[in-house]
Amino acid sequence: MARSIIATSALAIGLALTSGLAFAAGQYSPGASDTEIKIGNTMPYSGPASAYGIIGKTEAAYFAMINEQGGINGRKINFISRDDGYSPPKTVEQVRQLVEQDQVLLLFSTLGTPPNVAIHGYLNDNKVPQLFVATGAEQWNNPKKFPWTMGLIPSYGTEARIYAHYILKNLPNAKIAVLYQNDDFGKDYLNGLRAGLGDKAAKMIVATQSYETTDPTVDSQVVTLQGSGADVLMTAAIPKFAAQAIRKVYDAGWKPTYFLSSVSNSVGTVMKNAGYEKGVGIISAAFAKDPTDPQWANTPEYKEWLAFMKKYNPSANTADVQGVIGYSYAQTLVAVLKACGDNLTRENIMKQAASLHDMKLPMLLPGIALSTGPNDFAPIKKMQPEKFDGTTWKLFGEVISGS
Amino acid sequence: MEKPVIAPATEGLAGVGGSALSSGTARWIGILALIALAVALPFALSKYHVFELTMVIIYAIAVLGLNILTGYNGQISLGHGGFFAAGAYTAAILMHRYGVPYWGTLPPAALICFILGVLFGLPALRFEGPYLALVTLAMALATPQLLKYFDSWTGGQQGINLPKPVPPHWLGLDRDRWLYFVALIVLLIAIRIAANILHGRTGRALVAIRDQPIAAAAMGIHTSRYKTIAFGISTMFTGVAGALAAIVVGYVSPEGYSLFLSVSFLVGSAVGGIATIGGAIVGGLFIEFVPNLANDISDAAPWAIYGLAMLLFMYAMPRGVVGTLWPRIGRAIIYTGSKKAE
Amino acid sequence: MHQFLQQIFSGLATGAIYASVALALVMIYRATDLVNFAQGEMAMFSTYIAWTLVNAGLPFWAAFLITLVVSFVGGMVIERVLIRPVENAPVLAAVIVTIALLLIFNSTAGWLYSYTVQDFPSPFPDRPIFGALITTRDLGVIAVTLVMLVMLFLFFRFTATGLAMRAAAQNPESARLCGIPVGRMLAIGWGLAAAIGATAGIMVAPVLFLDPNMMGGVLIYAFAGALLGGIGSPVGAVVGGLIVGVTENLVGTYLIASQLKLTVAFALIILVLVFRPNGLFGTAIVRRV
Repeated sequence: MARSIIATSALAIGLALTSGLAFAAGQYSPGASDTEIKIGNTMPYSGPASAYGIIGKTEAAYFAMINEQGGINGRKINFISRDDGYSPPKTVEQVRQLVEQDQVLLLFSTLGTPPNVAIHGYLNDNKVPQLFVATGAEQWNNPKKFPWTMGLIPSYGTEARIYAHYILKNLPNAKIAVLYQNDDFGKDYLNGLRAGLGDKAAKMIVATQSYETTDPTVDSQVVTLQGSGADVLMTAAIPKFAAQAIRKVYDAGWKPTYFLSSVSNSVGTVMKNAGYEKGVGIISAAFAKDPTDPQWANTPEYKEWLAFMKKYNPSANTADVQGVIGYSYAQTLVAVLKACGDNLTRENIMKQAASLHDMKLPMLLPGIALSTGPNDFAPIKKMQPEKFDGTTWKLFGEVISGS
Repeated sequence: MEKPVIAPATEGLAGVGGSALSSGTARWIGILALIALAVALPFALSKYHVFELTMVIIYAIAVLGLNILTGYNGQISLGHGGFFAAGAYTAAILMHRYGVPYWGTLPPAALICFILGVLFGLPALRFEGPYLALVTLAMALATPQLLKYFDSWTGGQQGINLPKPVPPHWLGLDRDRWLYFVALIVLLIAIRIAANILHGRTGRALVAIRDQPIAAAAMGIHTSRYKTIAFGISTMFTGVAGALAAIVVGYVSPEGYSLFLSVSFLVGSAVGGIATIGGAIVGGLFIEFVPNLANDISDAAPWAIYGLAMLLFMYAMPRGVVGTLWPRIGRAIIYTGSKKAE
Repeated sequence: MHQFLQQIFSGLATGAIYASVALALVMIYRATDLVNFAQGEMAMFSTYIAWTLVNAGLPFWAAFLITLVVSFVGGMVIERVLIRPVENAPVLAAVIVTIALLLIFNSTAGWLYSYTVQDFPSPFPDRPIFGALITTRDLGVIAVTLVMLVMLFLFFRFTATGLAMRAAAQNPESARLCGIPVGRMLAIGWGLAAAIGATAGIMVAPVLFLDPNMMGGVLIYAFAGALLGGIGSPVGAVVGGLIVGVTENLVGTYLIASQLKLTVAFALIILVLVFRPNGLFGTAIVRRV
């Protein structure tokens, strides 16, 4: 009798131990194992949006560095990044291949609004995380409808609302002109500005002009906007056109209060190309440190980033702020995956991503941190206003949120 | 420069797989074998590969449309992406706004794109060579702009998410395989229509117009009517392909219909063989698979590899794969390039 | 009124950019009867070569001249090696080859130089004049374009090589019978076009800023301008380019919302072509039966 009790107990303990051991070996969704974590990504390495490809390359470089340092909890990252040329049908194809053929654990940092809209139904239906999408559109903070989709950077609308509040407070009788790129990015700014101005929008916004990325210059649009008599200008443009606009505004003798989108406020590319003296007084907002801004040049965080870029991403242009963005995105993902420990299921990944508390990253501006919750899928909500003084962006005021 | 060559009367016109005088039985066995392969394939492949093959079929239909125009009619179009978009948005708006089932969107897409093609064909008739290229280029460029502008219909930049088609229960197929067969049936119908048109009076008239327009007119062929109809049929095929693509991918937005799409169709047409029906399928394969292969070979400059592939195909087979490898067809319908006086 | 003048001048400045590329397109068309869709990308690549030289420390004019020579030779090589195999093939094959070149140059530039936007030094100072209607740099672009036009005109009209080139393009067989080395003429034609393109690119890069996609939009408008003027006519190319630039600006300002500017501008160009199917200065092609 005693022997059978002992035998049964031994058996029970044995079972408990082995199942416990099985637990310790990890819980996995497809794409994760004891030795590997497969991460999928699409980027426009070709086509009109190819300037953003550096984000994907920087992320790949960062993961290579992490792998050299031992990986995440002993597992190596296998980062599979595919080109979608910013064409949504191609994005769908690549994502299906990543999920069904390559069996990746999650999609990370997929870039662009139309590409992400094309895949968010598929990913949510298949319960695959669409984590930290690389776009500033408003719609990625919708955990009720799309529980597997999360953004990262502040939305363009948020930024535009920050400018709107500034205008309402400091320039209540302003006449506003807007130059915007004729796509989701530009439209988000315009709509955000309108939302921020509320019922004053129709009266205050006196002129809007759009441009296509196939337009060689935006000089004509600037001239038209000047002719409207506006004294405030907001530009939602990518670096090339932003530089042209700044230069033309100055050359045409127009001196509006100038709000420049954060996508193109880099000192070393945009402000330099436009001509430093032509950008004095321009207002923008940021959440990350501009690698060409002299005020960060001697800080340890910048030096560390620069060393990383030189060693692991040598072909990238270190003047490009997208290199900082990619770096920060990759750091965020690594932190989330580390927090998962051995539970690398897709559910746990979303859970950890939705549990960020005041997480700081080295290349984010002081005062900016990430936080998320079960109903809050917008990790970075705040931006820092800044003004260009001819050499650097002087931060002013407080870090504010756009809502 | 090439000199015009008149097709010898005895050779007949090209059709699927051979001239009208070749052994009918052998040809039919070949075609049936291909169809059997096409039907069996989806059951041997994973869902993702079936999806890829479905896209091949869709591009083949689109390129077939372009072949009718370019190969049989001698007009180069850089604008077929616009008609692809027209078909896609027709399907999307009908499904999204009016709840039309997916299979019901194909006939309206065909009709609308046919009408659009005829409307564009009329003014396009005045132009030749690079001028026609410009007019069609304008169509390709205008398409994304117009799609973004009329955003209350098209959803603008946000695009339209389409409801997912449900395969009939009694077939027991999953969605990917079902859509593959839908596309395959449309392709077979398209090939049948193309072969019928091009074998008959219309086809002979088109070839005559292409090779010797003045003689053709002198013989009483109403050149503008035939050319316009050719344009309409060509855009109809490409439009139906666009509608299918919208249904299969499940999403439409202006970014998916750029100038590069039109260029891809032209490349597929040339690589496959402009004056052939089989070439359309080769073209579809090229458009779908070569960019991915290029990416695997070099992720630093994949489009350079794609460009190299294009060069190799054009040097080795200037009349396209099917155009060069089936020399009887190639000889019978030699595309003429020169329009200068001798 | 001031706004109207500003738009005209701004349009002329942009139009000069189109005109300079259109000249290169016309050059190749006259020499080889082909539209070279890779013209813009070749010009962009030449500009990157110049940029590399300038960054290596060479003075601007030295870099410019070296780039011209390299581009000329490169253009000739491209014609002999890459275009020659499809010279007697269907026209579509040649079109595909030029499109392939477009992709190759664009992708290679992106790989070698990244997609980050760079600035480029200009030989012209950048000062606004005429009451901020136009800058000296824009005037410089217009001036150089006109100079190239005049040089091209003189070349075709008054030099033996120019005459030989026109003969070779119009009637290769007869030209050969006269002892004209047709193959060499074609190669020289491409070489000259590449040099013109390089000049265009170098002039234009300070205005547009240098990146691999710099010439994408320009090529489309240059193509339209060249056809509007008449694809065989250098004068037409320049006039066409300028008209396209000004029309585009005026359409966007006065006629329709900027979101439809491209569409309407092209529609107008095509409307003109409906009435003059061979362009403003083009000659009608006489076809003998």
